[in-house]
Amino acid sequence: MTTASWAWLVLLFPLLGSMVIAFGFRRLPDRTAGIIGSTAIGLAFIAGIGTLLGLLSEPSESRHVASSLWEYAGVGDLRVDLGIFVDPLAVFMVLVVTGVSFLIHVYSTAYMESDQGYSRFFSYLNFFVFSMLLLVLAGNFVLLIIGWAFVGFASYALISFWYRRTTATAAGMKAFVINVVGDIGLVLAAILIFRELGVLDYEAVFDAAPKVFSTDQWTVVAICLLLLVGAFAKSAQLPFHTWLADAMEGPTPVSSLIHAATMVTAGVYLVARTWPLFELAPAAANVAAIVGVVTLLVAGTIALVVTDLKRIIAYSTMSQIGYMFLAVGIGAYSAGMFHLMTHAFFKALLFMAAGSIIAVMANDQNIDRMRGLGKALPFTAAMLVIGSLALSGFPFTSGWFSKDEILDFALYRGGWYTILAIAGYVGAFMTALYAFRIVFRILPGRPCPEAEELIETGHVAHGEAVNPANGQPEDYEVGYPGKEHHIAEQSPGMRFGMLPLGVLALIAGFLQVPGVTEVVTKFLEPTFEGSSLAAIHPPVSKAWLGLLNGGVIAVVGIAFAWVFWVRRPAIPGSLRQKFHPLYELFVHKWYFDELIHAVIVRPVLAFGDFCNRVVEPFVVGGIVTGTTSLVRSAGALVRDLQSGMIRAYASLMVVGAIAVVLFLLLRGG
Amino acid sequence: MSIEWYLVLAALLFAIGAGGILVRRNPVVILLCLELMLSAGALAILSFSRMLGDGDGQVFVLIVLVVAACEVVVGLGLVVAMFRRRIPLDVDETTELRG
Repeated sequence: MTTASWAWLVLLFPLLGSMVIAFGFRRLPDRTAGIIGSTAIGLAFIAGIGTLLGLLSEPSESRHVASSLWEYAGVGDLRVDLGIFVDPLAVFMVLVVTGVSFLIHVYSTAYMESDQGYSRFFSYLNFFVFSMLLLVLAGNFVLLIIGWAFVGFASYALISFWYRRTTATAAGMKAFVINVVGDIGLVLAAILIFRELGVLDYEAVFDAAPKVFSTDQWTVVAICLLLLVGAFAKSAQLPFHTWLADAMEGPTPVSSLIHAATMVTAGVYLVARTWPLFELAPAAANVAAIVGVVTLLVAGTIALVVTDLKRIIAYSTMSQIGYMFLAVGIGAYSAGMFHLMTHAFFKALLFMAAGSIIAVMANDQNIDRMRGLGKALPFTAAMLVIGSLALSGFPFTSGWFSKDEILDFALYRGGWYTILAIAGYVGAFMTALYAFRIVFRILPGRPCPEAEELIETGHVAHGEAVNPANGQPEDYEVGYPGKEHHIAEQSPGMRFGMLPLGVLALIAGFLQVPGVTEVVTKFLEPTFEGSSLAAIHPPVSKAWLGLLNGGVIAVVGIAFAWVFWVRRPAIPGSLRQKFHPLYELFVHKWYFDELIHAVIVRPVLAFGDFCNRVVEPFVVGGIVTGTTSLVRSAGALVRDLQSGMIRAYASLMVVGAIAVVLFLLLRGG
Repeated sequence: MSIEWYLVLAALLFAIGAGGILVRRNPVVILLCLELMLSAGALAILSFSRMLGDGDGQVFVLIVLVVAACEVVVGLGLVVAMFRRRIPLDVDETTELRG
């Protein structure tokens, strides 16, 4: 089979799975939707490996395949094929997406077992994977936009999955609206590309761009900035980040798959994919890097103070994606993609562990209430620690190799990039701090009542079903996880999903040991052929020095966390007292929601109110009621003639006839 | 005999019919008056046809008579239906079509 056929199969399986579950769920026996869904993604992963092998059998200079099924749209000069473009970057993303998705699907079969919307969940989840793969494999900007919009919808559907929770539906809408803002940016970028270059296929665009644009010409900068709007919105970067924390209203496997491992990294993929444009627009690339750094700092500070377990991890996701944007902004493409991969592993793992913990706490996500879960949940605790180690970049874990490679590259480029690198190290310190804030606050200590119940009776606690956000009672039938909660310790499926990710989070870094393996860089090389920035490689000695820096910072951060939350638990409280305004700023998420509310929502609402009170009654109402009253008064004039009296009609006819005859006679005379 | 007499007679009949419709309120009488007007018209056609020495007019008159007969059937049917429903047989009372 050719590489292209394998790639089409990658797309086919999840779509098929989604359709079969969506249309056949009434006939499917109990809980087969999970098996179908997981199998579909597993097959897609196998097809992904087939694509990889097909690509590797080619010599490195011809490792890209474009394949088209048919012409999708042909209007005037516009030619858009239903085509895919397979190169190492796409295959890399395919493998990450399908691999992590498969494990999360298996995890979900257990985690969502007692949910009433089980089949619906897997149909959505498969549809999401299909959309994500379409986004990744698209061969032109139109298909990219289609995939981009599809994942936005899938994200919306899954955030609002428990649709009886008003908080969940509101969060879904928020995510969708912000994502659509990004979609508009992407569409405008595509229009601009077509106007300037006349083509939309990747290969043609990247061939034509250097011939048409000069470096930092305003058009190419505008194109790249518009692409960045799309990328920032999808990847929850400032100022489009507010939806991601609210997206945690969705089921935890969704947070794990969509809002940590795959979809939110699409923006990073987009920048890496369109690197020929960004290298022609260094100004825009710098914007990407700066926004990434600002986001990683802001998100890190918020993650230090919020107390909702899933939101801490969500802010950490934003922060890590900030590192990826820094990477692709400064030209460290392979380092960025490598961090994307390791992040997918350890962040998916962290969310899965969080799912297990939340289940024990009867869906309470407040870490203030969690204590002593280490004894109650040994497996989950181990996975949480592994994930946190990798997240904080502890030496020899995957996060250590990937994050520090990015910062190392920034340092090596020198100039003002050094500032970005230093900010990145500050962020790394905060990362270690908040990662182990979770660990040290919830794992050790005297077990909380729910943990005690689990240890003593082996039962998972059942909380009363009340939405903690607004106190509304939950609806078990469709609007809530269901009465039974599932934890990794008691569900083999969940353990099966977590264990491989735990192992990968620990060892995946060895793919990319500076000067030794560097598998990812070598594999991605054909994609970034001809890039002046990707050709820069910091010398091995400097790379190891960077790793040493990162390792020290991670260990120090973890040590600080230990002092703060184990050794001297009074310190965080007194710090909070001392820096009260700062704490308020962080805990209110830097007032971004309020800012957006004041700058955008309020004026729009005011305009709507103005339309409602002035335009509607006077302008619209004036035109409409004016027309009706004209007709009405005209009707009133002739209504009196319709007396219903036959004799009146007859006399009118006679008079009329006489008038006509007289007129004809007189005129004739 | 000159044609004027015929035409005068036709005009007279027509005027009587039209006047009857305008002044009488009983639907049966109104139908009678309608017939009178139709006949006046038929008489005029016949006169002209005779004057021109052309037979076509007679054909038209026959058709008019047939139509008039049909119309009477419908009209009288309406009158009977009104009577059955105890609707007063007075056209000034039946003004439900007022706008």
